[in-house]
Amino acid sequence: MVAIDALSADVAPPAQSPASAVWRRFRRHRLGLAGLWVTVLLYVATIFVEILSPQAPDAYSTRYAYYPPQAIHLFRDGRFEPHVLGYKVQFDYASGTRSFVADPRAVVPLGLWVKGDEYRWLGLIPANRHLLGPVDPRQRVFFAGADRLGRDVLSRTIYAARVSMTIGLAGVALSLVLGVAIGGISGYAGGMTDQVIQRFIEFLQSLPSIPLWIGFAAAIPKDTPPLQTYFLISLVLSMLGWTGLARVVRGRFLAMKEEEFIKAAKLDGCSTMRILFRHMLPCFYSHIIAVITLAIPAMILAETSLSFLGIGLKAPVISWGVLLQEIQNIRSMYTAPWLFLPGAVVVFAVLALNFLGDGLRDAADPHGS
Amino acid sequence: MLRFILQRLLWVPPTLIAISVVAFAIINLPPGDYVDRYALQAAAQGDVMTEAQKEALRITYGLDAPIPVQYVRWMSDMVLHGNFGWSFQHSRPVAEVIGERLGLTAILSIVTLTVTWMIAIPIGIYSAVRRYSIADYVFTSLGFFGLALPNFLLALALMYALFVFTGQSVGGLFSSQYADAPWSLGKVLDLLAHLWIPILVLGISGMASIIRTIRANLLDELRAPYLSAARAKGLPETWALLKYPVRHAMNPFVSGLNDVFVHIISGETIVAIVLGLETTGPLLFDALRNQDMFLAATLIMFLGILGMIGTLFSDVLLAWLDPRIRRQFTLVERRG
Repeated sequence: MVAIDALSADVAPPAQSPASAVWRRFRRHRLGLAGLWVTVLLYVATIFVEILSPQAPDAYSTRYAYYPPQAIHLFRDGRFEPHVLGYKVQFDYASGTRSFVADPRAVVPLGLWVKGDEYRWLGLIPANRHLLGPVDPRQRVFFAGADRLGRDVLSRTIYAARVSMTIGLAGVALSLVLGVAIGGISGYAGGMTDQVIQRFIEFLQSLPSIPLWIGFAAAIPKDTPPLQTYFLISLVLSMLGWTGLARVVRGRFLAMKEEEFIKAAKLDGCSTMRILFRHMLPCFYSHIIAVITLAIPAMILAETSLSFLGIGLKAPVISWGVLLQEIQNIRSMYTAPWLFLPGAVVVFAVLALNFLGDGLRDAADPHGS
Repeated sequence: MLRFILQRLLWVPPTLIAISVVAFAIINLPPGDYVDRYALQAAAQGDVMTEAQKEALRITYGLDAPIPVQYVRWMSDMVLHGNFGWSFQHSRPVAEVIGERLGLTAILSIVTLTVTWMIAIPIGIYSAVRRYSIADYVFTSLGFFGLALPNFLLALALMYALFVFTGQSVGGLFSSQYADAPWSLGKVLDLLAHLWIPILVLGISGMASIIRTIRANLLDELRAPYLSAARAKGLPETWALLKYPVRHAMNPFVSGLNDVFVHIISGETIVAIVLGLETTGPLLFDALRNQDMFLAATLIMFLGILGMIGTLFSDVLLAWLDPRIRRQFTLVERRG
């Protein structure tokens, strides 16, 4: 479909491949482009989390419990010298509360590419350099404040991106396999097989999804190692994704089965597999890509919700949902509103992916205006 | 039409049975049963149960039989005696535990649904008709935002904002003085004063998707020649819009109605947990986590039934709205 339309609609020479036609339409979609850049940046960032975060995510110190965010000051006494100010703790004995007051004398100079907490990059290469941090490795800065154990919220949010952004990918990969295989069979075989599969999908879609996830997630034993939990949760997430994809694939297969070029391929004696994968599937690559791009944010949201409820990923794994557990009650929200940061990042990432998916969907549709 | 509804109704019993099997299977997925959980809790309080005690408890609760037997017993009790089983956690019949909460859940879902439509449909129409106007941009971006914002996060943010501005901790559906009071005018007003928060939270994401669907569909229809024809005949603009393209654009929306319904019921679970609402969501959550088997299974059944009523409702509405679908069925009727 795409190929034929690209040839007839865009007569401009030279003839375009479907992929470049989609890309040309996509480039006109400004929000989609912005979404693409943000998404790429976020995924690149997940590779470099150790370097990007100023501290180790599990470094804790009760001294810094609920330490407020420190703003970066660029100049000091008229000279360019980036620094933050430390806080003095003041006790109010009357009400029994403590408050933090900025201390103009407690200057913490900042530097780029500074020595700090030791880490293993991607779990392999030992290093201790951080992109931005205090010049003196013994000092600590909290650009986004600290949580109840005095851990750096910014560093933890950055580390969480690695888990939360990739779990969506893993879930989508699984639902892609299921969706294309089952949807393809349903659409290509037709008849009774198609009927049974369609009724089954309708049934799955009519079930209330969140109770289902809770049920499945609760079935994961509590002492499962973190990595296994990660894959099991992505499996649970893919349960929600594949039915939609299967329907799209089926619809396309049904419509395409009658096209001349498929008949031609059949008469040429191509095997069913070859027809499916070489002739039919490439015609809606762009559609599939758009659908899975829109499925990733849904999965990120699902992971966040599950982990927030305490039935998804669990500490010591760091994900956005796990971090948001810190604001389960009004008191911690009120003491440390900066703990909302992971939530803001979730919204940002999901927005970017949604824009990207929307742009791709419009671009993949050759009849779109 | 009647035949159409009857046909849909025929599908209800098999689907219900399928749902009940799935519900039962899910609950039995985690290793161990309620007695194990109970023993664990007892052990934590220094009260270690012997194997014999556990076995006795299993026999009392009927947990000693194989799972298929338990299922058949539960089903036959439900169908023959209207008995939904016993809630281990609450030490009360399941029907009682659920009955308390079902009313509030129904009120919350129905009010949310109504409010969502009343706001989202006009906005969607407006957005399409005045495409690329400032208001359209505002609504479209709000819509994107509403889709990206997890329900529970919105609930948390709202709680925080209300706490900062009013100094009051919100949560629940009633103020403390009305919580256990019998129904009165004061209690109803109190409920209404609390209800807007969950409605807002649950409504926003639903609204976002409805606005998007209606806008996209209507934009396609606005290009159709029949609209020019209607205008040329001198129909007033509003009437020409409402009578043809809007009616047409509602079609895919109505068939997707059930999704919205299921969405609200599902979304309600997390929001209710965060806001401390006494609806069925948190009840189901606890029941699933504590393997309170019959309570969880019955609740999932109820949610399934609600979902099916939603589907049925949307199918009937679709047939009413779209003469082509209606005719399909009358044709079948004449032939058959």
